[in-house]
Amino acid sequence: MRSELLRFDDWVSPVPAVPREVVSALPDGRDEDRPPLLFVPGLCHGAWAFAEHWVDHTATRGFAAYAVSPRDRCDLRTYAHDVIQVAASLPRQAVLVGHGTGALVVARVLGRYPARAAVMAAPVLDGWGAFGAALRANPFGTLPGRLRLGPRQLFGSGLTDAAAAAYLGRLRAPGIRAQVELVRHRAPPRPVGHPPVLVVGSPDDRVVPRSSLDRTAGRYGTAPLLFPGMGHDLMLDTGWVEPIDAILDWLGKELAA
Amino acid sequence: MLHVTGEVADRHDAVCVIGAGGCGLAAIKNLREHGFAVDCYERETSVGGAWNWRHDRSPMYASTHLISSRPLTEFPDFPMPDTWPDYPHRSQLLSYLERYAAHFGLGEHIWFGTEVVAVTPAGDGHWDVTTRSTGGGTSRILRYASVVVANGHNWVPKTPAFEGLMTYRGMMIHASAYKNPAQLRGRRVLVIGGGNTGCDIAVEAAQQAATVWHSTRRGYWYVPKYIFGRPADQVNALMQRWRLPLRLRQWLVQRTLRLTLGDTTRYGLPAPDHRPFESHPVVNSQLLYYLAHGRITPVPDVVRFDGGAVELADGRTIDPDLVISATGYLPRFEFLAPELLDTDAEGRPDLHLHAFARRHPTLAVVGLLQGDAGLFPLAHWQSVAVARWLRLRVTDPDRAAAVQQHEANRSARSWSRRRVVPSTRHWFEVGSVAYLRVLEDLLRRLEVA
Repeated sequence: MRSELLRFDDWVSPVPAVPREVVSALPDGRDEDRPPLLFVPGLCHGAWAFAEHWVDHTATRGFAAYAVSPRDRCDLRTYAHDVIQVAASLPRQAVLVGHGTGALVVARVLGRYPARAAVMAAPVLDGWGAFGAALRANPFGTLPGRLRLGPRQLFGSGLTDAAAAAYLGRLRAPGIRAQVELVRHRAPPRPVGHPPVLVVGSPDDRVVPRSSLDRTAGRYGTAPLLFPGMGHDLMLDTGWVEPIDAILDWLGKELAA
Repeated sequence: MLHVTGEVADRHDAVCVIGAGGCGLAAIKNLREHGFAVDCYERETSVGGAWNWRHDRSPMYASTHLISSRPLTEFPDFPMPDTWPDYPHRSQLLSYLERYAAHFGLGEHIWFGTEVVAVTPAGDGHWDVTTRSTGGGTSRILRYASVVVANGHNWVPKTPAFEGLMTYRGMMIHASAYKNPAQLRGRRVLVIGGGNTGCDIAVEAAQQAATVWHSTRRGYWYVPKYIFGRPADQVNALMQRWRLPLRLRQWLVQRTLRLTLGDTTRYGLPAPDHRPFESHPVVNSQLLYYLAHGRITPVPDVVRFDGGAVELADGRTIDPDLVISATGYLPRFEFLAPELLDTDAEGRPDLHLHAFARRHPTLAVVGLLQGDAGLFPLAHWQSVAVARWLRLRVTDPDRAAAVQQHEANRSARSWSRRRVVPSTRHWFEVGSVAYLRVLEDLLRRLEVA
């Protein structure tokens, strides 16, 4: 069993520091008791994907919002390191919101950093399930080393072709090592500090099958909150306001509890 | 919510934490995470303990830097910024602890300016804690279900009773009173003690004072801050990752120091009378440099003081006008009756894993350790173990009893350093990795299924 106490990786070869891209939006009246939200995009996306709608919307609802981008040549270890670094730099315990493979990173981070709460949006935790779904939806784009996601995988039918094409143009394929890691990785650790966890997704997501959503939610003892008709990119698709509002409503209830 | 019964305010299941330094903060955070109400008492007006250099009592000097590197020193769940240097300065350490407290909202559980003057058993595992505001104000008594002591062990200076010290005409201070190099400028300084503090001060004296003598009782292994271009403790961690046996690690350190630093007796230092890892590591890259420049004269033990002169063990006499005694600190638990911690006549408490009181399951001490890496990771996991233990006692007394039985049979040799130079310095010496291995085993047993 892997030791949580003896962290030889970090002691012997610490992750080198790099400048990190973090976008943020702060609410007008600062309510010190409200935790900040930190959005963690998947490896193909960047902070821009959340900056598009969710970051500002979160701030208008009274929560400080931050989004971090994966560094160049990112793998799960360096990404988890960067997320913890950004979270620890925030004034209060953060709520982590991971999307896609970012949810896998959040799941890792939860084993080390006691988040105030965590949200997994369309989580790719179950690597083989996502791999299978991707093969069915887009067999050639799933070949190792030349990962390319198609518009119908990421977005529902509501988004215009032009908008979808513009978003697709901003995607970056992660390195081959990271791609292999996404499919083959050890099970995420048990979260420290007992954070409440919410899983959101869409039954029409062509990246994360419904069965994967259920499994991920089951791992955290909950059931997924579903937004039918939306594609994988919940934060970019036309109905983006519904999931983020649901997340913030849920958070409000958890904080009051 | 206080329920006053007579003059004792009953805090029911709450835990009392004594001290809001790094270890106390970790205790508050981890107890809170395990669902406990916590009252922490801190005599100063802000967090940080020994690192709280803004307060007079702090033993810190202006140039204090870490001697263990950042990754081996930070809390496991709250890393220091990765842009910080390998060996951060004390001001960074204090800001780190302040941010830790703010991040986890610990301040609201701390009563500042409040000293704990007595902790007495109140029956049924509970404790009566007498507190007093430090201004000499009101005192009150509160009852707690458990007490976690995190008062630190670097507060009470230990100064040897040198013969003739009363006749000494120069100035004698303990290292805790040394604050900045201006105190050394132009003086004839004798620094006593070969630990990390003694070496740091000797190096500063070499830069500022007219003459510097450095008195050590024995030869030590002076480990530079970097070996093979990496922080020394990271190299040590690498050897332990490979699970090299102690003897081999000792040989490797000896060879490496011999090859890179050479024979230190050439500088006039005595040869070490022990192997590496048998005394607390002394990490200093500059001592040998100033010895080589002739700015520091190594001398043996002090025998007696006589007016303006100091007589040394080799018969030499020197005439310093400032003596700095970097001879360490003694642990002190003045608010606890000695038998509660099984403290012997010398003042050495006997605790399971240096943490758990053997006969009082609701009394624990956090941070009473000297490891060969940073203290905060050890204190973090200690306080997680304490929190899980206190939780299990409530939720599953049968399993708690089974764990207690198992721990009673755990040999002290598995977690404490076997061979060390006998000295109060090494009362709480542990190998950090070996200690964490044992702690991890305990944590698994305490896990709430």
